[in-house]
Amino acid sequence: MNQNASTAGTKPAKEAKPEAMQTLELTDNEATVGQCFTDKPKMSMRNVNVFYEDKQAIHDVSVDIAKNEVIAMIGPSGCGKSTFLRSLNRMNDTVDGCRVEGKICMDGEDLYAPKLDVVELRARVGMVFQKPNPFPKSIYDNVAYGPKLHGLADSRVDLDEIVEKSLRKASLWDEVKERLHQAGTGLSGGQQQRLCIARAIAVSPEMILMDEPCSALDPIATAKIEELIEELSENFTIAIVTHSMQQAARVSHRTAYFHLGRLIEVNPTEQVFTMPAHRLTEAYITGRFG
Amino acid sequence: MSKSVDNLEKIRKSLSRRNRAEKRFRFYGVTAVLIGLAAVMLLFTDIVSKGHGAFRIAYLQLDITYDQDLIGIDNLTDPQQLALGNWQAMPKVSLRNQFPDVSGRKDKRSLYGLVSNGAGFDLKDRLLENPLLLGDSETLWVLADDDIDTYYKSWLDGEPYDARLTAKQVAWIHELHDQGKIRLQFNSNLFTRGDSREPEQAGIRGAVMGSLLTLILTLLLSFPIGVSAAIYLEEFAPKNAWTDFIEVNINNLAAVPSIIFGLLGLAIFINFFHVPRSVPIVGGLVLTLMTLPTIIITSRAAIKSVPPSIREAALGMGASKYQMVLHHVLPLALPGMLTGAIIGMAQALGESAPLLMIGMVAFIVDIPGGFSDPATVLPVQIFLWADSPERAFIEKTSAAIMVLLSFLIIMNTSAVWLRKRLERRW
Repeated sequence: MNQNASTAGTKPAKEAKPEAMQTLELTDNEATVGQCFTDKPKMSMRNVNVFYEDKQAIHDVSVDIAKNEVIAMIGPSGCGKSTFLRSLNRMNDTVDGCRVEGKICMDGEDLYAPKLDVVELRARVGMVFQKPNPFPKSIYDNVAYGPKLHGLADSRVDLDEIVEKSLRKASLWDEVKERLHQAGTGLSGGQQQRLCIARAIAVSPEMILMDEPCSALDPIATAKIEELIEELSENFTIAIVTHSMQQAARVSHRTAYFHLGRLIEVNPTEQVFTMPAHRLTEAYITGRFG
Repeated sequence: MSKSVDNLEKIRKSLSRRNRAEKRFRFYGVTAVLIGLAAVMLLFTDIVSKGHGAFRIAYLQLDITYDQDLIGIDNLTDPQQLALGNWQAMPKVSLRNQFPDVSGRKDKRSLYGLVSNGAGFDLKDRLLENPLLLGDSETLWVLADDDIDTYYKSWLDGEPYDARLTAKQVAWIHELHDQGKIRLQFNSNLFTRGDSREPEQAGIRGAVMGSLLTLILTLLLSFPIGVSAAIYLEEFAPKNAWTDFIEVNINNLAAVPSIIFGLLGLAIFINFFHVPRSVPIVGGLVLTLMTLPTIIITSRAAIKSVPPSIREAALGMGASKYQMVLHHVLPLALPGMLTGAIIGMAQALGESAPLLMIGMVAFIVDIPGGFSDPATVLPVQIFLWADSPERAFIEKTSAAIMVLLSFLIIMNTSAVWLRKRLERRW
């Protein structure tokens, strides 16, 4: 961040631009640099390509996500990080003309195998979206929806317990325990997003995908969510897409940098933000484009 | 310095021009609204001023004797005697007693013309309800003939219309009026009877029942079919040339003149499937064809207006597509769908052209009791009455229009109310 402030907008940087532009050209055969692979991955992606109709959005991405890890995906707008995230629980299936090639496995199981049921997959891989999207139902019903859907609760008491536990884990319980049966849409933006997180963890997924979960929130609500992500990482594997580099630096263990649909670098977060291994990563985190 | 003063001057000049343009634009808008309102007011005033008279009708006070010999019956339970009885003789005799100095066939006939020719049957119905009256006498208010009714009302309004009456009839009416033996009272016949050739006996009950039966069938068929089609097209169908083709054709269907649907119904339902003519079944089927595109289009719009974020949330939770539709999309789209259905129904209620084609324009006196009884509908009844030569049908036509309009207003108001009440805010 300091580097960013010192370089951005100063004269030398502007003059260096033509030269920099040259080095920022991406050549086709560049491989991902950094520590892409782990020993016992929760999820592993190999040579993943994603197409929208004829347009290729993701080129040949290979990376592992370790168990109980928080991996942040950063990169300029339109670099494909959200597309990549959404292919991890096959939300891209709902987009007409979207096609995923390559291999994505969770615990060694191919997620794109024909016999795999997406309903089961999405129960195992939860998702939190950019814009808080609680159902227009009560807070209770929002959280209870998943468990009811998958038949996880045996009784009403059981369900109550799941709802309370999930809301507690999402640090929302104390704020809403008096009004569980009021509309979830009446909460503030930050509370709504935590409600969505509670809803996602109510089915005890193994992994949670977060697609810019804080982009619609104010700094205080954002801080709360970030704190929550840290707590959740004790129990869940989390992949988070963010356009805020500070957020990636604060919450993640590893950071993956995407550029024009390619995965440029994956390294421990600290290293990415202090000693980026790739010139494009460096250019991005120092604010030369993005 | 002078440059910026210049600019300011220019901005001020253009500002006053812009303000004038805005005022003009507002004026156009207000004028357009006023023209619309004036048209509605004109229509309503015209109809109400013509039609309000039909809610009251002239009755004559007569001394009626239920004379067995006169009617020609001795047993009230014998259907044949009841059918052959000379019921109209009762009011005739009463009128002769009222005006004893009337003589000659011609004068007598015009005297008998004072009462409705259905008056005898009204007395028969009364007698059957109270069999003990047989042989007794009583003073009753009896329905007057439509020409008498028309004259009496116009005379009360100060513009007497006597073209259909003889001078003697006019004199008798005035005599009755002076004696307080003619009066206007609430026209319950209008709401309890079916159609009739005699204006004073004609009512809209048959047409209202016909409309109701036809609309029930239309709603039962078109709402589920329309909503299912909309859900499939919006949520499940692949987006390709075929679905585009279907969409274009549904929109086309909505714009097809309604009489074409009538011809289609005639060709398919009546000529091919041999459904009987003039019955609510075939009317409902034809109106279903006509209403379907409206319901499909409004339902699709309602489904489209459900935010995609809700669908994503449901799918992200592991709901199947069917569960997503059933749990989230349908409840959120339902107010819009219902509004569309009510507007479609209001359209169907006001439709006459296609029903003419399938024989619902027939003259039907009996009030339909089921989907397979011959019936007509309100707009067609209006068409029939508007076509009738008797002057009394003018106010009857307007009265029927008032009833139809109030049904339409109720339906459209409930559509607005429903939308306001059920719509959710995000």
